[in-house]
Amino acid sequence: MIEQPKIVKICDIKDETPNAKTFFFEYMGHYDPGQFVMVWIPLNDEKPFTLSYINRNIAGITVLKRGNFTKTLHTKKIGDQIGIRGPYGRGYSLIKGNAATCIVGGGIGMASIACLADKQENATIVQGSRTMPELLFRHRYKEMRLCTDDGSFGYKGTTVDLLRELVGKHDYQKIYACGPEKMLYKVYELCNEHHIECEVSIERYIKCGFGICGQCDCSGQRICIDGPVFNSKDLKDMPDFGKTEITKSGKRISL
Amino acid sequence: MTDVKLSVNLCNIRLSNPTILASGILGTTRALLKRVAECGAGAVTIKSISKEAREGHNNPTVITYEAGMINAVGYSNPGVESARIEFTNLKEIGAPVFASIIGTCNDEFVKVAEGLSESGFSAIEIPLSCPHTPGFGLLSGQGTPKATYDITSAVRRITHLPIFVKISPSIPEITTVAKAAEDAGASGITAVNSMGPGMIINIESKKPVLGFKVGGVTGDALRPIAVRCVYDVYKAVKIPIIGVGGISTGRHAIEMLMAGAVAVGIGTGVYTRGIDVFSKVCAEMKQWMIENGYNNINDLVGIAHD
Repeated sequence: MIEQPKIVKICDIKDETPNAKTFFFEYMGHYDPGQFVMVWIPLNDEKPFTLSYINRNIAGITVLKRGNFTKTLHTKKIGDQIGIRGPYGRGYSLIKGNAATCIVGGGIGMASIACLADKQENATIVQGSRTMPELLFRHRYKEMRLCTDDGSFGYKGTTVDLLRELVGKHDYQKIYACGPEKMLYKVYELCNEHHIECEVSIERYIKCGFGICGQCDCSGQRICIDGPVFNSKDLKDMPDFGKTEITKSGKRISL
Repeated sequence: MTDVKLSVNLCNIRLSNPTILASGILGTTRALLKRVAECGAGAVTIKSISKEAREGHNNPTVITYEAGMINAVGYSNPGVESARIEFTNLKEIGAPVFASIIGTCNDEFVKVAEGLSESGFSAIEIPLSCPHTPGFGLLSGQGTPKATYDITSAVRRITHLPIFVKISPSIPEITTVAKAAEDAGASGITAVNSMGPGMIINIESKKPVLGFKVGGVTGDALRPIAVRCVYDVYKAVKIPIIGVGGISTGRHAIEMLMAGAVAVGIGTGVYTRGIDVFSKVCAEMKQWMIENGYNNINDLVGIAHD
């Protein structure tokens, strides 16, 4: 295996929200929902993204315009080239059969959990954002429970508020979540209260992507290779989860 | 089964086995050091610390190719004040912990060494040989015999801990540099740092892949060069050598010991064989020793010499 970017052409671009676009490109090889790829813009930078679409040989990443890298990526047109390496990490573990599950996406975290929502049968899909225009993939699933912090669409409140109500009514065997870490921590606590297994995808600053540089540490777990998806049992031994993260310099800061 | 002894004495530091986590690999947090110790490392080295925090180079910072790895992380680190908070209770790590300190001038090396002096490190490593970070190592002339002597002396004056000076394979006067370190009071030599710098160009985009364009080359490609350097340095100095460069199996480690190393650093091997490369290498060394009639690892040191 050689860990170097492979150049692909952007074959389609979709505006998802005023600030988020999906870039589609040819993708060969295996992919588990929750795994990530490193996306390279030559002479600029390289950042991790979970695939938000995978269909035959076409994959997509949904990118929120935020820093220098994502702003540059947003200027790319169909036919432009980007580099891709991976996939990396351990994704979500799907449940077979009829057991009820719940999949929770908060903000752009919905993009990371979207492929799982495509695959996992009998799942309640919950998405939350600050406000209506930021909601992603409105027509992608048969059914999706939506909530907004400002009440501009759907349930008024956070994903955790809505999840708390749902947990009372359904017998979920597992809850999956991706979003801001404060949200993930609350989902984890809620799951513990109700003795429900959970899996969350944790984000950290990633450098190598293959477990050697130590940049993405979370309590001795390397997000890039031991994660990014961790289950309740793993999280129990990860005191940094929900509390501190390591920045690009290696400095530990409070979340 | 024969009782095989892997423990070594490195400048009066007892290592349960000769494998050491090389600097720059996984040594970012206390929790990772502990995990690497649990994976069988005889000692662990933290990622190099400078006086102030550094973000390092942009990604890609670490990539691999057919014969090894090439990196230009650029000494990202949180700075000595944060490092002091991160690296505490080092006795509980389960293996001796080595500090790695960097600076752009003698005074910065001294400041970092002083800043970490109460943290419980077992030794201090001074890399004067990084090939890809402006202001440090080869790019600021720290790899010359004179600079090596000056920096080592400055740190020697303010610490009683063993000092290992890490030298470059990419300079012709390697034995002179090792000798300069020894004369300045170094307790041991770490040979070698990554070689190069090298470059990998992506031919579709027609651009260098690394964010810094060039980076240090490690892994299998480096091993024969590292073995030769250790062999030469062994003849030139009396202080012990930590052999580093492309070691990922027990056979590689034994080869390095035969060249003259007392202990071996492992870095790229964490990628090729996983984080438990340390226990794997130890098991393979033991196996080889049993098959070849050795029961003490120290009997292998330097036996490739005439």
